[in-house]
Amino acid sequence: MNSILTIAMPKGRIFEEAAELLRKAGYKLPPEFDESRKLIIEAAGEGLRFILAKPMDVATYVEHGVADVGIAGKDVLLEEERDVYELLNLKISPCYLAVAGLPNTQMNEVAPRVATKYPNVAETYFRAQGEQVEIINLNGSIELAPLIGLSDRIVDIVSTGRTLKENGLVEYERIVDVTSRLIVNPVSYRMKDARIDELVTRLHEVVVQGGSDDENSKNI
Amino acid sequence: MSRLFMFEKPLGMRDTLPELYEKKHQIRSVIAETMKLWGYQFIETPILEYYETIGAASAIADQQLFKLLDKEGHTLVLRPDMTAPIARVAASKLLAEDLPVRLAYSANVFRAQQREGGRPAEFEQIGVEFLNEDTVSCDGETIALLISSLKKAGLAQFQVSVGHVGFAQELFMQILGTNGRATALRKFLYEKNYVGYREHVNSLQLSSIDKQRLLQLHQLRGGEEVIGQALDIIENGTGKQAIIELKELWDVLKDYGVQEYVKFDLSIVSHMSYYSGILFEVYAGNVGFPIGNGGRYSLIEKFGKKATATGFAVRLDMLLEALDGVQLEHAAHCIFFSGERRKEAFQLAEKMHGQGKLAVLQDITGVKNLDAFTKRFTDTTFLIGGRSDE
Repeated sequence: MNSILTIAMPKGRIFEEAAELLRKAGYKLPPEFDESRKLIIEAAGEGLRFILAKPMDVATYVEHGVADVGIAGKDVLLEEERDVYELLNLKISPCYLAVAGLPNTQMNEVAPRVATKYPNVAETYFRAQGEQVEIINLNGSIELAPLIGLSDRIVDIVSTGRTLKENGLVEYERIVDVTSRLIVNPVSYRMKDARIDELVTRLHEVVVQGGSDDENSKNI
Repeated sequence: MSRLFMFEKPLGMRDTLPELYEKKHQIRSVIAETMKLWGYQFIETPILEYYETIGAASAIADQQLFKLLDKEGHTLVLRPDMTAPIARVAASKLLAEDLPVRLAYSANVFRAQQREGGRPAEFEQIGVEFLNEDTVSCDGETIALLISSLKKAGLAQFQVSVGHVGFAQELFMQILGTNGRATALRKFLYEKNYVGYREHVNSLQLSSIDKQRLLQLHQLRGGEEVIGQALDIIENGTGKQAIIELKELWDVLKDYGVQEYVKFDLSIVSHMSYYSGILFEVYAGNVGFPIGNGGRYSLIEKFGKKATATGFAVRLDMLLEALDGVQLEHAAHCIFFSGERRKEAFQLAEKMHGQGKLAVLQDITGVKNLDAFTKRFTDTTFLIGGRSDE
C-alpha cells in the first residue's frame, strides 16, 4: 500500500558520509540534497523520502515510526536506548566515547562531577566501574567544564583528539567505539520488509567493499 | 515543584472527548461481540492490586508501575496489564474443575511514562485469555480470533508475526552449552541489536558451522518456508519441538483461512520471562508501535496452579490510530422547540428514541449562536412559536 520509505538522516558531521554511502549503494539522490535547507526531501524516483534531523533525534523519529529507517551514531543509540532494530554497522564516521580531564588530576573523593551530553552513557559507565558520580548535563563545548572547574571529568565523543589536546585535556579511559548504524522501526521492519531487506543488502555490499575487516561479512 | 495550572493532568493521562469516545465504543463493541460469539466470557478485576503479587508477576518494568500505599502499609499498584490479574483469578477460582476456560476483558491499564510525552500512561486493552489448554488448536484459535476481531473492526492492512521462545533458547543451548552464555546472546536479540549480536557471535570460540547457525537466526522471517530453514539449523530436542509446533500452527491457521495475515519471525524474543511457547505481535501499516501482542505463558503457576494459557491483548488507542481513515457515519437529529410547542417536541423525540434514532431536544432560547449549533447535526426540526395551519 504505502511503499514510500522514510529515512531519517543526521544533519552535520555524518550527513555527507551517509549520503555518499547511499549513492554508492545505487540510490539516485536528488541534487539539492547536499545544499538544501529543506527538512524533508523527496526522491520520488526511488520511492524514498528523507527527513533531516539532529543526530541525537534520529532514533526518536524512528522509534515513533514517523521514519521507517534512520542513520544514527552508536553514541546516540547507547544514550537514548530507543526501541529500534540496529541492523547494520555502516562503519562511517568512526570515533569513540571517552573519559577526559585535566592531566594528572584525581576525581573529587566526596562528589566526583562529570560533565557530558551523554548523561545515560556516563552514569552507566561509572556505575559499572563501581563509582557513583554526579552528572552535569551540557549541550556542547563540553571541554570547557574541567577548564573552569565545573567538573572533574568529561564524557564526550573523541574523533581525532585535537579538541582535547588544544584545550590541554587528556584522555583517561576509552568507553566504547562508535560508528554509524542503520536503524529500523520494529513495525516497518515487518510491514515494509521487502524494501528494507533490499536497502540492507545494498548498503551491506558497499560497507563490505569499503571495509577490510569481515566482522559482518556474508551474514546480514 | 511548580504550582499546577487548573487545566493540567498527570503525565500521560488523557481525556476521551465525545467523538473519540463514540469511535472507541463502537470498535470495542464490534470486537467484544466477536469474542462473545466465539464463546469468550467477559470479566472485570480491580484496578488496584498488591505490588507483591500482581506487581511482581507482571511483565511490566518496576519503574513503570504506579504505586501507592494502603492503610496497612501494603504497597498497591494500578494494574499494569490484565494477564496477571486474570491469572490470579483463574488460579484461585476458575480452574477448580480443570477444564478449558475462555475469558475476555476490556479494561484500562496503567504504565507510567519515564521519558517523554507522546504516549499515554493509561490506555484500554481488549483481549482474551484461553486458559488451561495446551494444544496447538488453542494457540491457533487465539490467533484466528485476533485476526477475526481486527477485520471486524475494519482494519484492512495488518500482520501478525509469530515466533516461539523455545527455538532460540534451544539453539543457543545446543551451541553455547550454558544458560549464562545463552542469556548473554539473547539479550542482544531482545534489545534488537543485530549488529551487537553478530559481533558477539563472531567473537565466540565456535566452529564456523555453529557461527553460521547462530547468524542465520534473525533471517528466519517469512511464511511457511521458514519452517524448513529453521529445521536446517536446529538439531533436535525442544528446538525441533518448537518448529513442529509452529508447523502445526500454520496448518491450523490455514484451515481457519487466515494465513495471509501471518508471518513467522523466529527472532522475536520477549523480556517477558513468563512466555513458554509461541508468542506474537500485531502490526498495522500506519502505526509505529505494535497494536497488540500475545502468546502462550506459564504465569498461572506463580499463583499456585499448574496450568498454561494463551492470550492476546489489543491496544484500543493504537487500533484507533490505525483505523484513522475509517469514518463512522452517525445521523444526529436536533429538535428545536419553544415553550408553545414543547409537548409536541417531546412527543416527537420520544417517537424517534423509540425507533432507535438519535434526537436532541433543544430549547431554542438556550442557544446563542444558532448557525454554529445547527452545523453539528445532520438534520433539524423547528417546533417554534404558536401553532399555525401550514
